[in-house]
Amino acid sequence: MKFWRTPLDVDKLKIPRGELHIIKERCKGCGFCVEYCPKGVLQLAAEFNSKGYHPPEAVKPEECVNCDLCEMLCPDFAIYCVRVEEGEKEVTQ
Amino acid sequence: MSVQTKQLEERVHPMEKLLRMDRIPHIWCPTCGLGTTITALAAAIDQMKLDYDNIAVVSGIGCTGRVAGYMKVDSFHTTHGRSIPFAVGLSIAKPKTKVIVFSGDGDLISIGGNHFIHTARRNMDITVICVNNFIYAMTGGQVAPTTPLTAKSATSPYGCYEHPFNLPLLAASSGASYVARWTALHIRRLTTALKEAISKKGFSFVEVIAPCSTLYARLNKLGSGLDLMKFYHDNSEIKHGADLKDVDIEFQSKITVGKFVDIEKPTYLECLNANNKRVFGDKYQPYGG
Ligand code: SF4
Ligand code: SF4
Repeated sequence: MKFWRTPLDVDKLKIPRGELHIIKERCKGCGFCVEYCPKGVLQLAAEFNSKGYHPPEAVKPEECVNCDLCEMLCPDFAIYCVRVEEGEKEVTQ
Repeated sequence: MSVQTKQLEERVHPMEKLLRMDRIPHIWCPTCGLGTTITALAAAIDQMKLDYDNIAVVSGIGCTGRVAGYMKVDSFHTTHGRSIPFAVGLSIAKPKTKVIVFSGDGDLISIGGNHFIHTARRNMDITVICVNNFIYAMTGGQVAPTTPLTAKSATSPYGCYEHPFNLPLLAASSGASYVARWTALHIRRLTTALKEAISKKGFSFVEVIAPCSTLYARLNKLGSGLDLMKFYHDNSEIKHGADLKDVDIEFQSKITVGKFVDIEKPTYLECLNANNKRVFGDKYQPYGG
């Protein structure tokens, strides 16, 4: 993790981890999550869903910090993130 | 069944408890900003831990008018422009209910414009969320009272030549207690503003600038809703308490956002009770629902 300014309690900080859930069939391929994920976790997949859109896929799932921005920006309730404790992390699609 | 699919089935999207899932997927176009604004409202209700039985969402006609049909709380889809009068009746009959009007610029400000200013004047205890996409979307992209000068619409193919409303100024000068404006991209600040507006006693107004990809963006060759989101990112200026005369929106130029008004003043029912108390003394039983 890169900091703008190293926090004084950096040794005590725990970076949150998120587990992404993508409900592919609900996606309309707007790309809001891909564009605004601060960690560049997502990209639009090459595959299509049954409506003919490209849903997002996690290319760097281990980078997700559970900020929930993708979940909040998604207009179709198609992605959400759940906080996990270290070690339990996985990505479901 | 793999572990992964099992996990997905066990967990549901956190917003589902507030949505009528039998109606999802919603009808809004790809890259339309309306879905994002409904997420902000659901997140605000969720974070405020409100009792779902004490919330009512009222919408009028239009793309934004569909919101009442998607929220899983008491909701009503009124005729064109009449969401505020319905909400006012509801709020007087059930003063403890949080009444939220969620509708579009065409519905609230044009057809329902008179209701809007008089409800703000009376400081009715309701929250009005106006999604402004600068156009009448559902009816085919006609010019709205919010269409910026020179912007094209289906009925202004050579550009709009009417001055648009400045909605925060209109609300504040009509008497609103809370006025804020955010874009669909400022999702966290918008959620906070919605929480403040819902808890505010009196008339609160939140304008949400949101992309209409299919009509406004297409007729003006602005790309997709994602391009408009990027435009908001680059051109929004946060100015809390800004002088409302300066927050006009011009075609594709800077958008001033922020919390503009947050004041305390007696609501309609408080004024009614105070006046009757003054005239009738102890004979009057204050009305509280
Ligand atoms: S929760 Fe935040 S970091 Fe994780 S994928 Fe979504 S936007 Fe990216
Ligand atoms: S017409 Fe415009 S406002 Fe209506 S759903 Fe489509 S993009 Fe959204």
